[in-house]
Amino acid sequence: MKFGVIVFPGSNCDHDAFYAASQNLGQQAEFIWHDSASLGSVDAVILPGGFAYGDYLRCGAIAKFSPVMRAVKQFAAGGGPVLGICNGFQVLVEAGLLPGALIRNRGLKFICRELRLAVGTTNSPFTNAAAPGQVLRVPIAHGEGCFYADERTLDELEAEDRVAFRYIDNLNGSLRDIAGILSRERNVMGMMPHPERASDPLMGSSDGLVVFQSLLRAAVPA
Amino acid sequence: MTGTAITPEIVAQHQLTPEEYQKIVGILGREPSYTELGIFSVMWSEHCSYKSSRLHLKKLPTRGKLVVQGPGENAGIIDIGGGYVIAFKIESHNHPSFIEPFQGAATGVGGILRDIFTMGARPIAVLDSLRFGRLDDPQTGPRNRRILSGVVSGIAHYGNCFGVPTVGGECIFEPCYDGNPLVNVFALGVCKKEDVFYAKAAGVGNPVIYVGARTGRDGIHGASMASAEFTEESKQKRPNVQVGDPFMEKLLLEACLEAMQTGAIVGIQDMGAAGLTCSTCEMGSRGEVGIEIELDRVPQREAGMTPYEIMLSESQERMLLVADKGREDEVFAVFRKWGLEASEIGIVTNDGKLRVRHHGQVVAEIPNRELADEAPLYDRPHRRNIPALPSGPLPEANIQTALPALLAAPDICSKRWIWEQYDYQVRTNTLAGPERADAAILRIKETGTAIAMSLDGNGRYCYLSPREGALLAVAECCRNLSTVGAQPVAATNCLNFGNPERPEIMQQLVDAIEGIGEACRFFETPITGGNVSLYNETLGEGIYPTPVLGIVGLMPTAAPLTIPFKAAGRSVVLLGGIGDCDETRFGGTEYAKEIARELWGLPPALDMEREKRVQAAMREIGAEGLAESAHDLSDGGLAVALAECCFGKAGIGAQVDLASDLRPEILLFHEGPSRILISTAHPKKIAEIAEKHGVEAPVVGFTIERGLEIRQRSQTLGAWDLAILESAYERSLESRL
Repeated sequence: MKFGVIVFPGSNCDHDAFYAASQNLGQQAEFIWHDSASLGSVDAVILPGGFAYGDYLRCGAIAKFSPVMRAVKQFAAGGGPVLGICNGFQVLVEAGLLPGALIRNRGLKFICRELRLAVGTTNSPFTNAAAPGQVLRVPIAHGEGCFYADERTLDELEAEDRVAFRYIDNLNGSLRDIAGILSRERNVMGMMPHPERASDPLMGSSDGLVVFQSLLRAAVPA
Repeated sequence: MTGTAITPEIVAQHQLTPEEYQKIVGILGREPSYTELGIFSVMWSEHCSYKSSRLHLKKLPTRGKLVVQGPGENAGIIDIGGGYVIAFKIESHNHPSFIEPFQGAATGVGGILRDIFTMGARPIAVLDSLRFGRLDDPQTGPRNRRILSGVVSGIAHYGNCFGVPTVGGECIFEPCYDGNPLVNVFALGVCKKEDVFYAKAAGVGNPVIYVGARTGRDGIHGASMASAEFTEESKQKRPNVQVGDPFMEKLLLEACLEAMQTGAIVGIQDMGAAGLTCSTCEMGSRGEVGIEIELDRVPQREAGMTPYEIMLSESQERMLLVADKGREDEVFAVFRKWGLEASEIGIVTNDGKLRVRHHGQVVAEIPNRELADEAPLYDRPHRRNIPALPSGPLPEANIQTALPALLAAPDICSKRWIWEQYDYQVRTNTLAGPERADAAILRIKETGTAIAMSLDGNGRYCYLSPREGALLAVAECCRNLSTVGAQPVAATNCLNFGNPERPEIMQQLVDAIEGIGEACRFFETPITGGNVSLYNETLGEGIYPTPVLGIVGLMPTAAPLTIPFKAAGRSVVLLGGIGDCDETRFGGTEYAKEIARELWGLPPALDMEREKRVQAAMREIGAEGLAESAHDLSDGGLAVALAECCFGKAGIGAQVDLASDLRPEILLFHEGPSRILISTAHPKKIAEIAEKHGVEAPVVGFTIERGLEIRQRSQTLGAWDLAILESAYERSLESRL
């Protein structure tokens, strides 16, 4: 399986996602520069964490106009799995691939801490290797990670089983403890916590690896 | 070269003495132009020239078998094996952080990061050593709280966006930092040994290229500002503080590292203090060549800037490089890819001069070597000042309340509120981040090995005895590294002192440097670079002499040996023993500060031979996998260290019984060095190793399911519920903000 990791100017978790996919999962990975018109022959795309284009104006607001985002949208429209982590989630929301918004943390401060997440659904290419309700220890590292959406959207996300992860420890004030959501077609997922930072026992937790294992399982059915 | 006539007043405004001015006239063989005067004034400022400290800095050991590059470059370089090196250095940004905390601290981070990647190394870690005034002082508290918040947000803003983890450091509060906070930032990067770049110009006719942000009027005379005391007018210097853009810096990092790979770059230096002036003349001087630049070609943020302003601007995120003639396009292509502006602004010449043109006219022409390396050198008079002794005998202690009070003391309490605002994990190398182990530990993916880093300084100790305080700081850093299993190999230092023109301050500086020199020689950790920050005074009030050490150690990659006890029923060993301490040596402790509310006597006594043996024993114990947890004793002594070992997720406590006849408060809270608390299932094997190294290792107790109880010869001195201790430790800082 081949992962494509998008590199925007200002991405800074690109190498971490690359490392998790290539070293911790043992699959192929390649970087895709932000002005590429095509994604090449990748099986899954990761929008990594960081501060794309400096995150000036609003997180992810400039990145959505990036040439590569057109290719990402096409890829998603064709059913390809797209994973946005942290800043990548913010970009997916700005680009309209996922609903809602990510606003400043409740405490108005950047928080870096390992916390507990519960798997909200196993019905997705990002969570199929997890057990229903499984609790994962995965870190967050963001200043603008409070998930916000109107009541109707929240109800819809829940009714359609599109909440991929919920915080057990909700530090940023996300509505309904939402940490990660799926698109209606279930092939696009955004999450604020960093599974790539919890994919190696040396980092204190390898619970996040299940996200990458799920993608592998979805791409290469057993 | 006509223009403003140079009067004695103008010379004085540039903080140059009449003698220094005469030296300038001697070098040039004529009166300087206004631009030239500005150039000399920044290069010969204390900040850039080290004119008061240079003489004494020569006493520091700078060589060692792993040292690839010692002081004199943008950062020191150490060989870590496997074909890789690390580049690291510490720098201060004290004055700007007082005037504008957020930007001052942010640009402090930016500056040191550029020093690292200028050498070709990708920054992988930042640590910071911070000093502030008292947070609860009725008068200065509100301002000190604002400065703390601003500095922390500034560091977080810059480091998080740039993508470098901030993995550790220290934060201390003293009244002497009320009007003069200290912000010292350490950064470390890694690269292949053959990829190291130097800030040296070479090759007559080669193009000089300017890269990065445009030059604006910000930061003019920042280096001179950092070389003067603060007065009531200092707030007007806010325009002297630069504004940082971490996104621009991130692009600059990626572009520079990529451009270096083309092989078309000859030398490169960042524009930090003294901006374009410093980078041009230093690169020229190191390469023994001249550099000629045309200021019209320097990208400018605003119209109508004078040569003086362009040369002295400290706008951030700018680099200067020399490329191979004919291969400029390869360099330009890389910067274009990253959306950065790069302009050829001059050439390397053979006459050894810095020649600056503006609209074609020569506005400055100065020999590089004299400007960069022959700044005035002062042997300033120094005289020892003996601090006061205690006002009376130590009052009777209440151990039961003293421990939670000390755990809540600002210097000791958890700094979680600070470090959780930092991304300490990005790049997924952090094996031990803030407050997990005695040192920060990072794996180096490229070599399969790991490095440990520790920052330490103690202004109170150094105030009582600058020399002993400095020795203790080196010893503590090395002990922190040894506790996690690393072999200390090299050091960097940041010397924060008051006005060197006062003999008692100069004495502190001399004593501290000699102490660092002695200890670094002894522990075989050569100094590979650093920074001196003088004139840390406000309204004539000096700070404590505050040398801060940053020491790096090498170790294998493995799960880290962390502080908390892991399981009940284990032996608690005090490697190094209970130690000894009298009232004189107790006067610099946290207990003296927080409970007795005085400062007297001398710092704890250090026996360096014993320290070295304890550390060697600890490293062997760690390597053999005999310790389940390890934590060295420092601020607050044995009782505080014991409590900190109880604050793990498992909530394991301890019961100890101390066979000692010391007064209880001295027994529990003295800060004698060379001691490490270990929990282990193998006390006999540890005793054997300790004996082999000739150090004591008494079993002082055992770990238990809950609670902490401390006895002295079977008499209970105190017993605590861990929740109460932990809450004192965890909540203190936030409750003060």
